[in-house]
Amino acid sequence: MSAITHHIPDHLLAAYAAGSLDFPFAMVVAAHVSMCLECRAALEAHQTIGGTLLEEVAETRISAGLKDKVFAQLDAPVREKPVYPRSGVFPGPVMQALKGKPPRWKTVGMGVRQCIVSASEQGTARLLYIPGGRAVPDHSHNGLELTLVLQGSFSDETGRYGVGDLEVADDDLEHTPIADEGDPCICLAATDAPLRFSSLIPRLVQPFIRI
Amino acid sequence: KAEISQQTLWMLEVRDQRDRAAFANLFDFFAPRLKGFVMRSGTPPNQAEEIVQEVMLAVWRKAEQFDPHRAPVSAWIYQIARNRQIDHLRRENRPVPEELREDPGTEPDASQILAVDQEAAHLKEALSSLKPDQREIIEQAYFGELSHQDISSKTGLPLGTIKSRIRLGLERLRHELKGMR
Ligand SMILES: [Zn+2]
Ligand SMILES: [Zn+2]
Repeated sequence: MSAITHHIPDHLLAAYAAGSLDFPFAMVVAAHVSMCLECRAALEAHQTIGGTLLEEVAETRISAGLKDKVFAQLDAPVREKPVYPRSGVFPGPVMQALKGKPPRWKTVGMGVRQCIVSASEQGTARLLYIPGGRAVPDHSHNGLELTLVLQGSFSDETGRYGVGDLEVADDDLEHTPIADEGDPCICLAATDAPLRFSSLIPRLVQPFIRI
Repeated sequence: KAEISQQTLWMLEVRDQRDRAAFANLFDFFAPRLKGFVMRSGTPPNQAEEIVQEVMLAVWRKAEQFDPHRAPVSAWIYQIARNRQIDHLRRENRPVPEELREDPGTEPDASQILAVDQEAAHLKEALSSLKPDQREIIEQAYFGELSHQDISSKTGLPLGTIKSRIRLGLERLRHELKGMR
């Protein structure tokens, strides 16, 4: 737990609290916070700023019946949405997106596997499974990419990332993450745009594998 | 003066005794502010009341998740409100972190609750001492009016400075975790 050295930058935590992060990124932030007390406390600090601003908002008149409406529902039975807990290396927010089922891996070549957890115009969240010593194909980003390590570790031009560590990459970074020798590395990665691969072959297969 | 805030006391009565009078007090304080809050972040008035209703019901139903050792009640309600609003706007279920549960036998620690409330009071002072344009940017950020790129690139946004003044329940979190593992 205390081994986490790469945390969520402040502006992303604030954006998460404020609801300004698109779904795939919000999932990665929620997953990291599930694993990291430092960032949980930092997030609660941001919530406290938000709460203070909420206390200071000017009151707006509410309809006369609203309070009665709320009180009438206090004892009503509630249909709770199911909550899926952490399972193995997958934190609660990932299991939530997988609706409690184990990931269905698809091979993308060279022993690398992926499972798309969510894909929409807001971006893509995927699980990546990279055998020890293997690389994620060389690529650069059209936008933001967040990568959270769930098992094993990887290294790239910017450093080494172990369980719980979060890498924040943007347009400028062209990097080649390589799983360290040992256990396969499992990551949760979010991007707001399709990845651009630097070498020819992966670019050709990109439309089919949606990496 | 060193006192636990009135809102926190009401919330504890709601959580521990299911006290409806205390809930009515919370409603009277928060509902009109919540309405202004969600309208400012772009929700029309009729839908705003729907969200206020859902938020206040969540406060009642999820009361056992409120932990005064970690953050003030307004922080907890702020996050519920933003989440509900996003769910409405984007028709999605916002991903939320796993809940941390206190050990069933954990005694409430009044000094820790008080410390959290005092830090919130200091924060209020810090916010009120900001220059108007800085205050405006902070409000835009936490009302969801800025993208994360804007939040990171706005110069003069004293996010880190403000945040670093709040330590909140980190020690308590560490302690709870020891009990969990
Ligand atoms: Zn962290
Ligand atoms: Zn990348």
